[in-house]
Amino acid sequence: MASLGSIRRSFAPWADPKAKPYIRFENVTKRFSDFVAVDDLSLSIYEREFFALLGASGCGKTTLLRMLAGFEQPTSGRILLDGQDLRGVPPYRRPVNMMFQSYALFPHMTVEANIAFGLKQDGMPKAEIAERVRQMLKLVKLEPFAKRKPHQLSGGQRQRVALARSLAKRPKVLLLDEPLGALDKKLREETQFELMDLQHDLGLTFVVVTHDQEEAMTMADRIAIMDKGRVLQVATPAEIYEAPASRFVADFIGSINIFEGSLVKESAGMTEIRDTSGADFRVAAPARAAPGDLVWLAIRPEKMRVSRERPPEAENALNGEVWDIAYLGDMTIYNVKLDDGRIVKASMINSMRRLEDALTWHDRAWISFPADAGVVLAE
Amino acid sequence: MRKLVSGLGGRAVIAVPYLWLFIFFLVPFFIVLKISLSQVTIAIPPYIPVFNWQDGLAGFFQKLGALSLDNYLWLADDPLYVNAYLSSLRIAAVSTLLTLLVGYPLAYGMARAPLAVRPILLMMVILPFWTSFLIRVYAWIGILKPEGLLNQFLMFLGLIDQPLIIANTTTAVYIGIVYSYLPFMVLPLYATLEKMDYSLIEAAEDLGCTPLAAFWKITFPLSLPGVLAGCMLVFIPAVGEFVIPDLLGGSGTLMIGKTLWNEFFANRDWPVSSAVAIVLLLILVLPIVYFQRAQARAQERAG
Repeated sequence: MASLGSIRRSFAPWADPKAKPYIRFENVTKRFSDFVAVDDLSLSIYEREFFALLGASGCGKTTLLRMLAGFEQPTSGRILLDGQDLRGVPPYRRPVNMMFQSYALFPHMTVEANIAFGLKQDGMPKAEIAERVRQMLKLVKLEPFAKRKPHQLSGGQRQRVALARSLAKRPKVLLLDEPLGALDKKLREETQFELMDLQHDLGLTFVVVTHDQEEAMTMADRIAIMDKGRVLQVATPAEIYEAPASRFVADFIGSINIFEGSLVKESAGMTEIRDTSGADFRVAAPARAAPGDLVWLAIRPEKMRVSRERPPEAENALNGEVWDIAYLGDMTIYNVKLDDGRIVKASMINSMRRLEDALTWHDRAWISFPADAGVVLAE
Repeated sequence: MRKLVSGLGGRAVIAVPYLWLFIFFLVPFFIVLKISLSQVTIAIPPYIPVFNWQDGLAGFFQKLGALSLDNYLWLADDPLYVNAYLSSLRIAAVSTLLTLLVGYPLAYGMARAPLAVRPILLMMVILPFWTSFLIRVYAWIGILKPEGLLNQFLMFLGLIDQPLIIANTTTAVYIGIVYSYLPFMVLPLYATLEKMDYSLIEAAEDLGCTPLAAFWKITFPLSLPGVLAGCMLVFIPAVGEFVIPDLLGGSGTLMIGKTLWNEFFANRDWPVSSAVAIVLLLILVLPIVYFQRAQARAQERAG
């Protein structure tokens, strides 16, 4: 896993201007009667990338995936796969395979027959099919279940059969529609890492649709955040978390505190903001706005600190009352109510928290953050 | 699950259908069976022996001795009956196949129609039931006869210059059966096709199937329970069908329902016609039992 991490770090074809995208959506729009599912969307996905389409239900992510698989045709725009325009290419001639959210296993066939289905369709010789099926069963650790029917399997096993079936034809691109959606939390976490290893070992391009940000953050090389048929930001998980491009993205990924205010001035890399309650903030982040403009300062809870006294080194601090404490084992989340009624969230790792003189409900407290903690978001 | 049928109330509820079957199926069946073992005579009722409460036990056993299998031997002897049975089975089988060929695309189209349109289509399939069956079959005489609507229309189009002879042939019987029994085929087919997960077809296409291949490998095998149910619902009543061959068929159309009617009303031979009915029942019961066993097994497998 250590080597995997370093490979992943060095894998960034999207940063290379000479790299050719493997999948390319060009101004793709998809309308269902009067509903616009995908709105003039352009997107590049590179070979061997683990790409996640993340968004709430109805944001168009599944439609995008289905257009790539060939089940839907774009109303306008085009989709290129390895330079080839996919318009008019039916699903059964596309070198992509899909793992369905419902798994869509054929109920009247055994696990073996399900996995062999696509190979038989291609007219592969019988001996080769048997060998490939054996490999696939081994890959997903289902060898003892080859003769079972789908209804005799657990949810996790079915998910693996679906995965094996979609991988059996060795597609250039594997599309996964909420691949872990039907699994319970523990199994989901295990499977996430299995999928990552699999994608890396097979050297495939994965495009996964999910509404689960944690899942996307864990698995993907890059994430596209979608809303109302548009892509709001495409970036690595770290970039999306640390430097969200808009309030929607900031709000969608993880929890975040957002202060509304106006830009006072920006100089020497420092941005000064006066928030609506009159507090002044100094942050080391570019504002991309003119003085007087409405801006938002976004700060993650884990970058906030709660203390009884104002820390002398803190560049920004607010005074309030401890309103709620949620103890989560590894960390504690404090909701501090400011004097104007706004609630600010701070999370502190419990190994760093001093247990003696711990803050408790209704204590007065300072909530502070350093200058490099936040991002400034303009309209 | 055992708790489900406990107590007197629970037993009483279960007893109702059994009682119903006993009174309206089993008792009449034994009456017909008894008549089939009797001898024809000119009397009221037209058969002997007639059991009577006044006979006492000795008289009962004496009359029981008078029952015989003569009528069944008679059926086996006369090729008329054997031919009628075989011809009925053939006509029923062919019409079942034709009904399936017409009904499957219909049911498929309905199941794939937009959700809002489906109830209307379903209504249109059921609608003919609101008119008397007899009248609808009569209407076909008007359509099929030599100077009927079909021939007039075809001659108007110039496709034929001699009227087609369809009325009073076996072809007309096929048309009548397919028309009359179509809903019994379409409804079970529609039920299985409608609840089928469409993503299975997409998965098949994704794995390299053309739409046609996906139909034969996925849709059709998964709709087999509906195909079987529809075929049984058409085949079983079609074997014993009387009205359609009587009205639309000709003298060449031999069907057991017509033979039975002749024995009963024309010859007034109740014992022979009862034997005809019992044999028909046996012929049909065997495949039904087999079918039910197969279904129970399939359900067990589906768990």
